[in-house]
Amino acid sequence: MKGFRYLKNVATLKLDSDVCIGCGMCMNVCPHRVFRIDAKKAEIADKDACMECGACAINCPVKALSVTPGVGCASYILQTWVKKDKAACGCGGAECC
Amino acid sequence: MENANVASIETRLSWRDYFGMFKMRIGIGRNKYRAAPGLYKTGTPKPDSPVFVSANYKMSFDLLRSNLAGIDAWILVLNTRGVNVWCAAGKGTFSTRELVKMIKKVELETFVSHRELILPQLSAPGVAAHEVMKNSGFKVKFGPIRAGDIKRFIDNGKVADAEMREVTFSLWERFVLTPNELASRLKVSFLIIAAILVISNIGNGLFSFHWELYRGIFGSAAYIIGLLSGAVIAPLFLPWLPGRSFAAKGALTGLVLSTLFCLFIHEQLGFMSVAAILIFASSVSSYVALTFTGATPFTSPTGVEKEMRLAIPIQIAAVVLSCALWIARH
Ligand code: SF4
Ligand code: SF4
Repeated sequence: MKGFRYLKNVATLKLDSDVCIGCGMCMNVCPHRVFRIDAKKAEIADKDACMECGACAINCPVKALSVTPGVGCASYILQTWVKKDKAACGCGGAECC
Repeated sequence: MENANVASIETRLSWRDYFGMFKMRIGIGRNKYRAAPGLYKTGTPKPDSPVFVSANYKMSFDLLRSNLAGIDAWILVLNTRGVNVWCAAGKGTFSTRELVKMIKKVELETFVSHRELILPQLSAPGVAAHEVMKNSGFKVKFGPIRAGDIKRFIDNGKVADAEMREVTFSLWERFVLTPNELASRLKVSFLIIAAILVISNIGNGLFSFHWELYRGIFGSAAYIIGLLSGAVIAPLFLPWLPGRSFAAKGALTGLVLSTLFCLFIHEQLGFMSVAAILIFASSVSSYVALTFTGATPFTSPTGVEKEMRLAIPIQIAAVVLSCALWIARH
């Protein structure tokens, strides 16, 4: 996404290259071109573009990927601060809830 | 074939559908905006026709069907409780389990000879393709992000190229989100404006009513400028505003707009009051822009939380300071 970059060095995305079988699924599901396949292994090419949606981790057949998934929504996070557990997503956009 | 039992759907949207979309955009009636889960068809699908999977959020469903004109296809609508694809996947209602359940419930294998499903790519956070395969025998293919690319996707041999797989956040895509950013704040805005009218009278001693109204209107205007700046201007100008922090982008647009406003009214107000307006409008704008993170398709929760820890205390302090300046006057 040209022109849209969020904070640097915060994404919780991790890849275990030893486990990766190079199937390319992570590349297919990632909406931000975070991955590249090189020499039959996935590589994190653009970590700062990761929005922690969790699509790659849940779709990796060998669990080589991990990420703490969640919604990047301030209203939602604010609610979790106040109520701790049960927060209803209050944000309104079509991209969100 | 049991084709006859499957409801046929129009690929052309009626004015009613458009009106429904419009109402949803401006934030009214969105809770009832659902389509019934189940199997549907467009055109006259055959056993080898493709199967598209959608959420039962009516707008997701409408977007899908309006892009299937001229394509014979099956549509499997999951029960995501009226929530759109992206959010339902994040919340776990557009999930492996729901998909497998629905495949079994409608007995999909009796309608189609192949074993392939096309899912919107944005459902991937909730659906594990390999798990669906294991539990239902159907192969999940993640299609394009935008329903508008479906024709190209099919012509491309059902392969989504890199462009179809990358989310976008165009000016138009940002613009359609802004009415709801405002509408969702209507109630709280009335309360805030009422509070401003009260605060504008504090320290006035003699309750000169003319003065209260005067300052109350300027104070309320500062709030409205901050709101418009954070909910409309900052989202529209998002990629061109410097930096990465939403709170900073919002503070900047708020400061620029309130400065323009003060150019016109500074003669009626003292120095402190002008400062109060600038600080207040910038903080409101900063906070509102920060909450726009929820509507964007690129902010990570870790990043948003980091930004909030820094920005929210500053915003609160700034609002308190502006109130103090406003009450102190001169
Ligand atoms: S999905 Fe997993 S195994 Fe496949 S390429 Fe990505 S990291 Fe490697
Ligand atoms: S969590 Fe989402 S955005 Fe981040 S790398 Fe995985 S698929 Fe891409």
